[in-house]
Amino acid sequence: MTSLAEKPNYNDEIVKLFTIATVFWGVTGFLVGVFIALQMAFPALNIGEYLTFGRLRPLHTSAVIFAFGGNALFATSYFCVQRTCRTRLWGDGWAKFTFWGYQFFIVLAALGYVTGVTQAKEYAEPEWYADLWLTIVWVAYLIVFLMTLKNRKEPHIYVANWFFLGFIVTVAVLHLVNNISIPVSIFGAKSYPLWGGVQSAMIQWWYGHNAVGFFLTAGFLGIMYYFVPKRAGRPVYSYRLSILHFWSLIFMYIWAGPHHLHYTALPDWAQTLGMTFSIMLWMPSWGGMINGMMTLSGAWHKLREDPVLKFMIISLAFYGMSTFEGPLMSIKAVNALSHYTDWTIGHVHSGALGWVAFISFGAVYHLVPILWKRNGLYSLKLVNTHLWIATIGIVLYIASMWVSGIMEGLMWRSYDALGFLEYSFVETVQAKFIPYLIRAFGGILFLTGSLIMVYNLIRTARGDSAPETRPAYLETVHV
Amino acid sequence: MSNIEKDEHTGVETTGHEWDGIKELNNPAPRWWLGVLIITIIWAIGYSVIYPSWPTLSGDGERGGTVGSIGWTQYDELADSQVEIFERRAQYLSRFESASFEDVQADPGLYAFALAGGASAFKDNCATCHGTGGTGAPGYPNLLDDDWLWGGTIEDIHQTIRFGVRADHDETRFSEMPAFADIYSSEEIADIADYALSFSTGGSYPVRGKELYDEQCALCHADNGTGDRFQGAPNLADAIWFYGGSKAELVAQIRRPKHGMMPNWDSRLDANTLRQLAIFVHSLGGGETE
Repeated sequence: MTSLAEKPNYNDEIVKLFTIATVFWGVTGFLVGVFIALQMAFPALNIGEYLTFGRLRPLHTSAVIFAFGGNALFATSYFCVQRTCRTRLWGDGWAKFTFWGYQFFIVLAALGYVTGVTQAKEYAEPEWYADLWLTIVWVAYLIVFLMTLKNRKEPHIYVANWFFLGFIVTVAVLHLVNNISIPVSIFGAKSYPLWGGVQSAMIQWWYGHNAVGFFLTAGFLGIMYYFVPKRAGRPVYSYRLSILHFWSLIFMYIWAGPHHLHYTALPDWAQTLGMTFSIMLWMPSWGGMINGMMTLSGAWHKLREDPVLKFMIISLAFYGMSTFEGPLMSIKAVNALSHYTDWTIGHVHSGALGWVAFISFGAVYHLVPILWKRNGLYSLKLVNTHLWIATIGIVLYIASMWVSGIMEGLMWRSYDALGFLEYSFVETVQAKFIPYLIRAFGGILFLTGSLIMVYNLIRTARGDSAPETRPAYLETVHV
Repeated sequence: MSNIEKDEHTGVETTGHEWDGIKELNNPAPRWWLGVLIITIIWAIGYSVIYPSWPTLSGDGERGGTVGSIGWTQYDELADSQVEIFERRAQYLSRFESASFEDVQADPGLYAFALAGGASAFKDNCATCHGTGGTGAPGYPNLLDDDWLWGGTIEDIHQTIRFGVRADHDETRFSEMPAFADIYSSEEIADIADYALSFSTGGSYPVRGKELYDEQCALCHADNGTGDRFQGAPNLADAIWFYGGSKAELVAQIRRPKHGMMPNWDSRLDANTLRQLAIFVHSLGGGETE
């Protein structure tokens, strides 16, 4: 153990800023999600030009993926890289620029969405001017991270930092290639992508799938690899597994994108490529879950006492479930049923709510007492309440989407005895009303949980402590 | 490595590295994990032999790639998956193709087949404007009543569906009412509206209204307001109004008429579906025999 006297002067101010942004954008994104879920059940809620589903949907996805998830990655990677390299984050000014630059990008993108400015590429909606700005911010992020690694006082680079670096580098490549476009004029927002037709579609889904793979998987595995062993107080289960699954994950993920274009104009050979790599990706994905869960061996009892650790372990369970479901859905026979249905929406949310948000909540609950130098969280009971409300919300969400997705998939392909289509499209929409209500209710529960977290974190930052008994090891701050 | 130690809990050695208090155990990757990974890789290689999987340099294989040992393509799979559907349809289809509308109506089996096909196509193509039940909406005709703009026999309906109204087709049905705001004052138009309303309400009207109507409107809408289907001129005497029946709405329509359009379905649906749709719409309530 490094003694406190040797501890470098870490730049925790920047981590604080990113942590606040994580929580703020998280709640914002969940709120918009609940609203658009209600719009699906009650179309009358499409009020005016700026608040229609079509404009709010990218606002929701970008708010949760890039604003909430992105800020969580900035916060945790800056926190982790300093401590595992035993050196202060390189470039205070640069780090500050990444914070304000990234928030500016988020606002720039959001303004575009509600005013109808979009390149109509899923998860890459911002137009060229916002893309250029993000590129500058992202290069600054890469420089800060690399320079900190270069200044490290440890002989080796910790596994969490491999994942963070893999995420930063690959997202840069994905962002640049997918957004190559020609602006119509230097003063206008509109641009056209360089490629057309199926090539454009293939590049978009190479990007889209790897936004999931490198932003939402590799990046968050970085979080897992630091915070789970830290919180459990146990060594990482297997160094060898972490090497194997890191490289196999990085190598295989990048090829799996074509499974988003099964049974389309995409050539058969490319579809085969996407499907086979998705199946091979199953174990590389699970490697992270195994390593995280097995790290608890010898510390399972802590799960009873520490709801923050519970958040992390449940997140790994959801991670394991959705990384099994993903390869399953990439199989053509399954995809023929699941594609374009709500099943996809449910799948995305078991990953986004269960894995990404839960591991982030766990990390934020761990971080706030450290960053604000408090003797632990305000209330562990409230963390537990948050945990269960949010878990029930997720289960309602994904179960209702399974039901409605499989139902509409079956309705679409249903023919009557005389060989005519049994249902019209609008009949399949009407049939989804009850699942839509359940989904919206699940979302409301998830949002409610996050508001409980906000309250708990504010009380923690203020230095309050609820009158409850807690194990001694949770009373002190884990630095 | 420098600080290799034995983990007291599991008895496994660490790798000797440490970061911020985090150590790593030197466990091997689980056997089953490695085993399943290898199995999926072998499966992927096998799948790539059986199915199209590599782009070819010449690009002239099946859609630019290798063919695969079983010669599968997604187009073949689509065709195979539709065989049974086409078989179900084939029970009646060949007879339906050669039968006239009268023949279909006379044969209960064929008629039921036509109604089923028409109902199915109606829901996905027509319901958007005419409503799922065919009740229409302001500007979109109600198909359940006996008020027909272009005629209500199966042949009339078939022609309307096939070529559309004011559609992009040489055979399309076409009518256009002039904008009378360019010809008459507001007072004169109000008088015409009063007279047009009187056909259905029996109310009083200014003499000038009748004079102007007879001069300008009667040619298409007829002296007694019953309209003319040949020209697509709506019946004004039946209290069914396309763009609303209040005086203000009538005045607006006379001043600057709205003209809806119905697409021609000839280019979108096949001949059998068009005929099934005509039979189905005819059956909804207002179908005419002659």
